[in-house]
Amino acid sequence: MADRELTFEIFRYNPQKPETKPYLQTYKLKETTGMTVFVALNMIREEQDPSLMFDFVCRAAICGSCAMIINGRPRLACKTLTKTLPAKIKLFPLPVFKLIGDLSVDTGTWFRHLSLKTESWIHTSKTFDPKAQEERMDNKTALEIYEAERCIECGCCIAGCATANIREDFLGAAGINRVARFMVDPRDERTPEQYFEVVGSEEGAFGCMGLMACDDNCPMELPLQMQLAFVRRKIAKIGLGVKEKKGVKLA
Amino acid sequence: MSIYQTHMTDVLVVGAGLAGERIAVEAASQGQDVIILSLVPPRRSHSTAAQGGMQASLGNCAMGEGDNPDVHFADTVKGSDWGCDQEVARLFVETAPVAVREMAVWGVPWSRVVAGQRTLPDGRVIEEKKEKEGLITARDFGGTAKWRTCYTADGTGHTLQYTMDSMVIKMGITVHDRTEAISLIHDGEQCIGVVARCLRTGDLRVYIAKTTVICTGGYGRLYSASTNAVINEGNGMFVALNTGVVPLGNMEAVQFHPTGMVPVWILITEGARGDGGYLLDKNLDRFMPDYEPKKKELASRDVVSRRMTQHMRKGLGVDSPYGPHLWLDIRHLGAEHINTNLREIANIARNFAGVDPVKDLIPVRPTQHYSMGGVRTNKDGAAYGLRGLFAAGEAACWDLHGFNRLGGNSLAETITAGRIIGKKVAEYTKDATINYNYQLVDDAVKEQENRIKALVNGWHGKENVYEIRNEMEKNLMDYVGIFRNGKDLQKAVDNLREVYHRSLKIGLRSNGEGPNPELAQALRMPGMVRLALCIAYGALMRTESRGSHAREDYPKRDDTNWLKRTLAYWPEGADLPELKYEPVKITELPPGDRGYGESSAESQGGKNG
Ligand SMILES: Cc1cc2nc3c(=O)[nH]c(=O)nc-3n(C[C@H](O)[C@H](O)[C@H](O)COP(=O)(O)OP(=O)(O)OC[C@H]3O[C@@H](n4cnc5c(N)ncnc54)[C@H](O)[C@@H]3O)c2cc1C
Ligand code: SF4
Ligand code: SF4
Ligand code: FES
Repeated sequence: MADRELTFEIFRYNPQKPETKPYLQTYKLKETTGMTVFVALNMIREEQDPSLMFDFVCRAAICGSCAMIINGRPRLACKTLTKTLPAKIKLFPLPVFKLIGDLSVDTGTWFRHLSLKTESWIHTSKTFDPKAQEERMDNKTALEIYEAERCIECGCCIAGCATANIREDFLGAAGINRVARFMVDPRDERTPEQYFEVVGSEEGAFGCMGLMACDDNCPMELPLQMQLAFVRRKIAKIGLGVKEKKGVKLA
Repeated sequence: MSIYQTHMTDVLVVGAGLAGERIAVEAASQGQDVIILSLVPPRRSHSTAAQGGMQASLGNCAMGEGDNPDVHFADTVKGSDWGCDQEVARLFVETAPVAVREMAVWGVPWSRVVAGQRTLPDGRVIEEKKEKEGLITARDFGGTAKWRTCYTADGTGHTLQYTMDSMVIKMGITVHDRTEAISLIHDGEQCIGVVARCLRTGDLRVYIAKTTVICTGGYGRLYSASTNAVINEGNGMFVALNTGVVPLGNMEAVQFHPTGMVPVWILITEGARGDGGYLLDKNLDRFMPDYEPKKKELASRDVVSRRMTQHMRKGLGVDSPYGPHLWLDIRHLGAEHINTNLREIANIARNFAGVDPVKDLIPVRPTQHYSMGGVRTNKDGAAYGLRGLFAAGEAACWDLHGFNRLGGNSLAETITAGRIIGKKVAEYTKDATINYNYQLVDDAVKEQENRIKALVNGWHGKENVYEIRNEMEKNLMDYVGIFRNGKDLQKAVDNLREVYHRSLKIGLRSNGEGPNPELAQALRMPGMVRLALCIAYGALMRTESRGSHAREDYPKRDDTNWLKRTLAYWPEGADLPELKYEPVKITELPPGDRGYGESSAESQGGKNG
């Protein structure tokens, strides 16, 4: 295994120089033990082509920076061992997101927009009293919130989603999961109707075609299918005029 | 000048990690205009990688009962080996509980106390009280008298950063991500902003601000093996050092962790050894019992790290394309134990090294972990040397950690210092005026523009930036690592001086156009080598052992001569820092024994992270 020669075919394009059309560039590299696509790309940059653009920060599947299309599938490059791939490895940037250059895309701007659109912060009328003891919360609830909050905004679910690839304004599984995170949080005082405004449309829960590519692609193994169903169920109820008591949480 | 995009603001925060965003929130809530700059989208900052937790003496869980700021204070000062500023430590321990509760109101799903009996891994049975149920709980971390580390499952840094950023978004604070500050604009007395490079287009930009705050995190990546994110290159520190008037404090104080995993140096927590894992050498011999017959693999973090290094120096490390390493062996613990109790570690080994610890050995070696030193500030966070410049978080030497940081105290520092220093920033900015000097700004931009032209055209030489970087990393790793001695340190200083001169002669191999990554690295390189020299030279001159600074030739702490903080300046044209010293403030707890049962040189670091 450690003696394989790997052939990388990498998408190259600099949007600032549109006169040079996108092309695939080939690099050859000797595989080393424990090599990940992170290690390989850095070797290529240092030893063969210092102009090659890609993004890594944590290199530990924590920060969500390094998603790309690896042999046809959206994955985190830092969490992909070359030994799990054939000797020929094709790398493309994620679709949907704006291309910065080569393998680097602007997921940050996209996700900030998502946070704004879903108003991803605790809506509360309470102010902080530095002298008071904290409000109590059931540990089970805390873990439930955490489960949905584990999303690292990598964009894999968006890149692989048929709807997101055709509807620019679609929130995608990450967006719907985000809404679910606040729905289960008792500190957030939004009413069911307010959530309906956020996700009760084609941009939100109803744009989804339910093919579940997102669920397969999420490197954090978030239960996206379950979250989609949960949000859709709650939202449908409101759409149908089923009244839940005001101020009572959906969850 | 007019060809550059220019932004004006009251407060410019350089860095969008926890420290930076907390300061931004504070200043914005006091009505000031704030712009945050960051290399990456805020939520990708290194703070998200901290999984362990943060210390605050809430005293809610059974093992934290009776905790209070005084106990936290004593732990912090002892941990620092009396190197910290005690006034700052006091301020910190009193504020940390407030900062944790505030984060709860903003949205962090802190893990909570669950009432009832529980058996700990070591067999002790504890009882969580009913009346504490639902309050914020805490876990155990090394070096603390009480369980004080508040956490959210295995994602404390992630939830803190996401919550903090949600406040930044809610408040509409401007964030320019993929923007790198590359120099400070100043006249020797006052800082009036930065020159920055856009990492989307490669263009230079100017930011003018009444107050500039450096929150750029640590410098782990100066070392070839570091648990830190790849963007932790000490940018903010050398940008401040380059002014010639702002000093860096205690740069020689560097924390290591014994088990970073080869080849990507992801941290493997103490849990593996705690549950009975062995360390093996290239002959598959278990060597720790030879050095530490009593505690073996369970000796303190620093001791294990040093023994590992010592053993590898004898040529008993395993050779690999990534340098020598040792093995961590947990196979004998059995598949069931590994896949349940040590699941996190097993996953890291499988995902990032491709080894299955049930049947394979895990490659590990001591790895750089935390930077205690940084931009020296007073207790208000104001940098020495320039008005209008502040610093906070890992980039700063506020001096909470002295010569050794306790695990869990650095996340706590980011939001606590953010809260305290944010207020001081707001106060200062309210009354500040800037003397906007056109010429000064123009010169500052031109200087950077010329540097870029020289690099692109190879005017000063054709040195390869990656080779220089590897040389620097290797010198720090080999000679300014876990344990140190005069001979090696001198070698490091000599070599790094040469590397520094070479770093001034870099020429690009690519064309440097647009957001070119080689150019970005080349622009940072001389500054990074300067930091490396501050670390190596500071360590050479400090002829004692204190906290993480362990000298083989001076194994004892020396309070008579060395109860002082190093201040490193970089005079114009120099190829070595100029070192000055200042006394360490002792207000409450006089120097004594750390009570770790070992000499200072073999002191205990924090656990986990
Ligand atoms: C693996 C690991 C685990 C850890 N676990 C724990 C733990 O459990 N508990 C604990 O207390 N501590 C832990 N730590 C330490 C802790 O995570 C850090 O000290 C802390 O998060 C630093 O926060 P910060 O805000 O100072 O900097 P960072 O979070 O590093 O943020 C720095 C910011 O500055 C920006 N930046 C840098 N340079 C520039 C520039 N030139 N221009 C513009 N922007 C720039 C970056 O983009 C980033 O936004 C851990 C560290 C590691 C490596
Ligand atoms: S299930 Fe819905 S969100 Fe997921 S990939 Fe399919 S269309 Fe997209
Ligand atoms: S839901 Fe999963 S795939 Fe989608 S952005 Fe979040 S972590 Fe990535
Ligand atoms: S680099 Fe952070 S997720 Fe891959």
